[in-house]
Amino acid sequence: MKVTEAFRVALDALRANRLRSALTMLGVIIGVAAVVILVAIGNGAKREVEAQVEGLGSNIIIVVPGKFEFGSAPSVSRLTLADVDLLGRVVGDRRRVAVTIASGETVSVGSRKVFATVNGVNENVPNVFDRAVARGEYLTGTDVDTRRRVAVLGSSVARDVFGDVDPLGRQVSIAGVRFRVIGVFVRVGSTFGVDRDSEVHIPVTAAQRLFGVDRIDGLAVKAPTADDVEPLQKRLVSALQDKYTGEEFSAVTQTQILGTIGRILGLLTLVLSAIAAISLLVGGVGVSNIMLVSVRERTREIGLRKALGARSRDILLQFLIEAVLLCVVGGLIGIGLGVGSSLLVSAVSPLPAVVAWWSPALAFGVSAAVGIFFGVAPARRAGRLDPVVALRTE
Amino acid sequence: MTGPAVEARDVSRSYRLDGVSVHALRGVTLRIDQGDYLAIVGPSGSGKSTLMHLLGCLDRPSAGSLLLGGRDVAALTDGELAQLRNQTIGFVFQSFQLLSRTSALDNVALPLVYRGVRRAERRARSAAALAAVGLAHRLGHRPSQLSGGEQQRVAIARALVGDPRVLLADEPTGNLDSQSGADVMDLLGRLNSERGVAVVLVTHDPSIAARARRRIHVRDGLIERDDADTPGDATSAADAPA
Repeated sequence: MKVTEAFRVALDALRANRLRSALTMLGVIIGVAAVVILVAIGNGAKREVEAQVEGLGSNIIIVVPGKFEFGSAPSVSRLTLADVDLLGRVVGDRRRVAVTIASGETVSVGSRKVFATVNGVNENVPNVFDRAVARGEYLTGTDVDTRRRVAVLGSSVARDVFGDVDPLGRQVSIAGVRFRVIGVFVRVGSTFGVDRDSEVHIPVTAAQRLFGVDRIDGLAVKAPTADDVEPLQKRLVSALQDKYTGEEFSAVTQTQILGTIGRILGLLTLVLSAIAAISLLVGGVGVSNIMLVSVRERTREIGLRKALGARSRDILLQFLIEAVLLCVVGGLIGIGLGVGSSLLVSAVSPLPAVVAWWSPALAFGVSAAVGIFFGVAPARRAGRLDPVVALRTE
Repeated sequence: MTGPAVEARDVSRSYRLDGVSVHALRGVTLRIDQGDYLAIVGPSGSGKSTLMHLLGCLDRPSAGSLLLGGRDVAALTDGELAQLRNQTIGFVFQSFQLLSRTSALDNVALPLVYRGVRRAERRARSAAALAAVGLAHRLGHRPSQLSGGEQQRVAIARALVGDPRVLLADEPTGNLDSQSGADVMDLLGRLNSERGVAVVLVTHDPSIAARARRRIHVRDGLIERDDADTPGDATSAADAPA
């Protein structure tokens, strides 16, 4: 018997038992769809973070005290505002050095309150980061030098405390101290529910007084070109280590941050895919079970086919094709469902889902392999049936 | 082709059932020629079913040799045996054994599928076989839409479609009313006389066996008696009321 013939016979058998075929496929459908969706979500998350980090600006070097590691507590900082001038000399331009000191504080206007990240910064932030002001002005050097109580609000802070009222020139209370609003940032959106628009920038000098400290948390330097990033990284660290002997400093680039985040998200995607793969395996066992039932149920048919001249190989082929068809058709439906759900997820939820081209291909390959693997045992059993015994079965 | 269609030489078949040997056949020698019309008769448990399975190459003898068209079955692989069965034997079963969700035409075409005949030719030959059993108007019907007699005629068409040398019929009228049974027996008789197909009936019904020209009585795994009609008797037996 030709393979095409076995194909037709298998297809007829599956069509004859529509409900059972559909239920059998369900396991494979769910497994494949889960693989596609989870990979898409992991993939989308990675791209989103990459876009965010790249969206900060280009050629940025972040300088922080201690060793830079994800998950480690920030080291106690001994950096001061004077270090802006120090690093400015290293880069060759003081305007390329931004500072930050951050704290979570209550921002309020009248009875409307919101909790925001208050960043004490200098006037160089717009030179280093891509952070545009939608209305009003950013802080100036004079604001920093004279410790002026002025603030630039993130778009959601402005909306939450002022509503529809124009905030420019109005008073806002930060940790109980009054500041005058001089600008509002352009909306940049959120990453994983962390709202990057709920930030407030105030002069670093005013922030030090407000928080009662005279240190700064870290500095950010913009290298003139991409080629300058690596040599600058080392020179920045050694300049600081010369000044603060015995202290450790780190200078990290966007590429390094991206690498770290990529590894974490890659691992996450891998774990999610492994879980989804287990459900695919369970689906495969379901196919195997149903095929065994099918062989038992159709024992007489197998006996008849053998009596009429079917070889063991023909019967084996027929049942194997049935199992593979169940898995492959289930796999295709699962891919459709997975791709569809991924599109839906990225459309209606904050989770970005980007379908990787390889995940449907992989899922399809795996489901076909599952079909062959789990179809072989029942198909062999069918092929080996003794026609005399099989025909006598009622 | 001349010579015996099937020949069994001192054939035995034993099984092991729960560790006990059961001797279903204990040395049977039988020769079926082209165009023979014979009945294998015996009570249940006599070994007549085992004999039929052996003659139909569904099973192999434990001892002795079985020759089909001059070839010794023992020398063939399972695959070759299936091929041989496909080309030389047609089966008719008591319970019809039709595929329930398949049309009459596709049921009849089944042996040709395993012979590698192309689809168009399969359909043409199957339609011709159904016409030969008087069911030209029932090609697309499923078994459940046919009467018992019609179903058995579909099964006979299926047995015929591959031009076998031997047609093995196991209690072909066992599940039919007397009129349908008579029709089926007439059909088998006609196929034997017109096409020269050797017909082997397996039955415990003496009136069915009387239709055959030769009767093999089997008892306790042995041939007890082998009586053949003279040519004159054959005519009278065929005309006798069933």
